[in-house]
Amino acid sequence: MRDSHKNDRANARTREKGLWVMKTSTKALLGAAGLSLVATMASAATLDDVKARGVLKCAVNTGLAGFAAPNDKGEYTGFDVDYCRAVAAAIFNDPNKVEYTPTTAKDRFEVLANGTVDLLARNTTWTLSRDTTLKLNFAGINYFDGQGFMINAKKIPGVNSALQLSGAAVCVQTGTTTELNLADFFKANNLQYNPVVFEKLEEVNAAYDSGRCDVYTTDQSGLYSIRLTLTSPDDHVVLPEIISKEPLGPAVRHGDDQWLDIVRWTMNALVIAEELGITQANVEEMKASTNPEIRRVLGQEANSKFGADLGLSEDWVVNIIKAVGNYGEVFERNIGSGSPLKIARGLNALWTKGGLQYAPPIR
Amino acid sequence: MSVADVVFVRQSMEQPAAPPSSQRGLVHWARTNLFATPTDSLLTLVGIVAIIYFLPGLLDWLFFSAQWTGTDRSYCATVAQGGMQPDGWSGACWAFVRAKFPQFMFNTYPEDERWRVMLAGALLVVLLIPFLIPRAPYKTLNALLLFVALPIVGYVLLVGGWFGLRYVPTREWGGFMVTIILSYVGIVVSLPLGVILALGRRSQLPVVKMLCVIFIEMVRGVPLITVLFMATKMLPLFMPNGMKIDDFLCVLIGVSLFASAYMAEVIRGGLQAMPKGQYEGADSLGLTYWQKIRLIILPQALKLVIPGIVNTFIGLFKDTSLVYIVNMFDLLGAIRRNFTDPNWMTPQTPMTGLVFAGFVFWIFCFGMSRYSIYMERRLDTGHKR
Repeated sequence: MRDSHKNDRANARTREKGLWVMKTSTKALLGAAGLSLVATMASAATLDDVKARGVLKCAVNTGLAGFAAPNDKGEYTGFDVDYCRAVAAAIFNDPNKVEYTPTTAKDRFEVLANGTVDLLARNTTWTLSRDTTLKLNFAGINYFDGQGFMINAKKIPGVNSALQLSGAAVCVQTGTTTELNLADFFKANNLQYNPVVFEKLEEVNAAYDSGRCDVYTTDQSGLYSIRLTLTSPDDHVVLPEIISKEPLGPAVRHGDDQWLDIVRWTMNALVIAEELGITQANVEEMKASTNPEIRRVLGQEANSKFGADLGLSEDWVVNIIKAVGNYGEVFERNIGSGSPLKIARGLNALWTKGGLQYAPPIR
Repeated sequence: MSVADVVFVRQSMEQPAAPPSSQRGLVHWARTNLFATPTDSLLTLVGIVAIIYFLPGLLDWLFFSAQWTGTDRSYCATVAQGGMQPDGWSGACWAFVRAKFPQFMFNTYPEDERWRVMLAGALLVVLLIPFLIPRAPYKTLNALLLFVALPIVGYVLLVGGWFGLRYVPTREWGGFMVTIILSYVGIVVSLPLGVILALGRRSQLPVVKMLCVIFIEMVRGVPLITVLFMATKMLPLFMPNGMKIDDFLCVLIGVSLFASAYMAEVIRGGLQAMPKGQYEGADSLGLTYWQKIRLIILPQALKLVIPGIVNTFIGLFKDTSLVYIVNMFDLLGAIRRNFTDPNWMTPQTPMTGLVFAGFVFWIFCFGMSRYSIYMERRLDTGHKR
C-alpha cells in the first residue's frame, strides 16, 4: 500500500547526495562566470510563498483507491486529497486552491525536498530514517495502518491464523517494505513460505485472483481495496495478524516550523471537531454554541488569537470543517462506510471509542 | 472436295465451357486457400477449432454479456462482489469506458476549456486528410498550414494565455490528446531531422559526420525511458536555479530527438541502397550537392524506405505511453489511473479499460500501416524484385 521502499530510501539518499554535488558544482560554475542566480529553492516561509502564489502545491499518489484517485469528473478525491483540501481551506477559505502533483513511491520525497510541492500527503509511513536522512517533518498520523494477510480460503481451507501458513505461496509486491516484513515474520516464526513477487500492484492482484498464490500480503487498507477487484470476494479471508506498524501521515520539509504547525493543527482540528461533534452540516450553528471549548475551537471567543498566531484567519477551523467535514466524515466518505472500500475505523477510531486518534487541545 | 460438301461452317466463336466444378466456386477457393497441402489442411482445422473454442466466449464477453450503461461499480460487479449482476457473470464493463471517456481523451484538462482541444483536433483532421490524399490540390499550402501554422495555432489554443484564453498548464494535460500531440510533434520533427542526420552521417566533412554519428549512436544507445527521465529529472539540475523548462516540453524534445536518431538510420539505409550511378549521374549533370539530394537522391531513397519510416512512426506512436515514467498520463496512463477509482473497482474494469486502449492504439497503428502500403503501391515504379 504505502509501498515504503527501503531500497527507495537508500536510492533517495544517494540521489540527494548526487543532486547536492551537481547543484553545488553548477552554482560554483555559474557563480564563477559572474551570472546572478534567482533563488527559487523554497524559502523558509512556506506560508508566505503559498499565499503569494495563491495555490497550495500538494503531492499525492498517482492513484490509490480511497486515498487519491480520480472521480468521474477527473478531479482527485480521497482521504489524502482531503488533507490537501483542508490545508487549502485553512489558508484560503477555498479547498479548491490546490495544485496536485501525482507522485510515485520513488519520487515523492524528491518533489518535497526540491520545493516542487509544499506538502506531501501520499500515504507515507512515518519512520525514523525519513525524519532524519530524508529531512521530513511528519505532521502526525492520520491513518494507522499495518501489514496483514488475506488468504484464499478455497485453496487453503481451515486456516485462521498466519502461523498456520507454513509452505504457502505468498503474493507480494517486490521492492516494498511489505516484502521485507514478510520475510522477517516467517523467519521469526520459523516457517517456510514460497514468495511469488511482482513489480506492479495490478500484477499481484491478477496473480492472486487467478489462484497462483494462497496468500496475499500488503497493508490492511490495501487488502480491502483489493477485495473489490476479486472475482469471488467471499472466498477470501483477512487474517487477524498485523505484522508491522505503518503509521501514515502528511509530511513537510525540515526548516519551517510555522508551516509544520499549520499542517499539524489542521490535522488536529479535524480530530477535535469529531470529538466535539462539529460536522460539515452543523458547523454554522455550532458557532453560536455556548460550550466554551467549541467557541474557542471555532474562533468565536472575544479576544481569540489562535488563528492569528498560526498565521491564519480566526475562523480557520470553520473553513476546514465546511470544506471537508471532521475526521470521521473524511474517513467515512473516502474509505469507510460511505465508500465501496468499507474499511472499519478500527485503530483509527477516536481515543474515546477504543481507537488511537487523539488530538492535543486547541487552547 | 467441294465447298458444298462442307455441311457446317461455324460462324461465331464457341462460348468457352465453364471450368469444371472442381476449379470454381467455394470448393475451389477452399481447396486452394485452406486445404492446398496436408499442412494447410491441418492448420485450417486447428484454426477452425480455435475460433470455435475462443470466439463465442470473446464475443459474449465483449458484446452480449457486456454492461453498457451504469453509474458506478455495482453495475459491473456480481452480487458476491457487491453489485447487481448474477454470480458467475463476466462481461466487459463498457459503462466504465463511457463514464470515463472524457478523461481518457483529456485527462484533467479543464472541462469548460476542452472545446479548445477539440478545435485543435478538428483542425488537425481537416488539414491532414487532404494532405494524405494524393489527388487533393494545393499541396504546398496544405503542408505549410499543417506543419507551420497548425503548431502555432495549436500552441495558442492548448496552452492559452492569449486572446482571452485561460492559461492551462501542461501539468493538466493528459489522455489521448497527449498521445496525439507527442506523436504529431515527434513525426513532424523526426522526419526532416532524420534526413539531415542521415545526410550528415554520410557527409565528407569530418566534423559534421562525427557530430551526427555521436548524436545518433548516443541516442540509440539508451532506452527511451532513460531519455525521458534524463530530460525531466536531470536536465533541470544542470540549469541555473530558477530556470525551469516545462516538463512536457522536455518530453516533446526528448521524444522527437529519440525518433530522429532512429529515423536517421532508416533513411541512411535508403541512401545506401541507391546505386552509385545515381549519384554520379547527378554529378555529371552539374547539379550542386543540394540539388542532387533534393531532385535525384531523396525522392528515390525515401520511397525505398517507406516501410521503415512508417515502422518508426508506429513505434513512436506506441512509445508515447512511456511518459508514465515521468508522471504524465497519455491515453493508457489516463485509463490506468482510473482503475484506482473505488467507485469503479471491479474485476472487469481493468480488462475493459485495457481492451479499449488496445483497440484505440490498433486503429491508429493499423491505419498508418495501411496508408504506407497504399503509398508504396502508388509510388512503385517497377524496381521490385
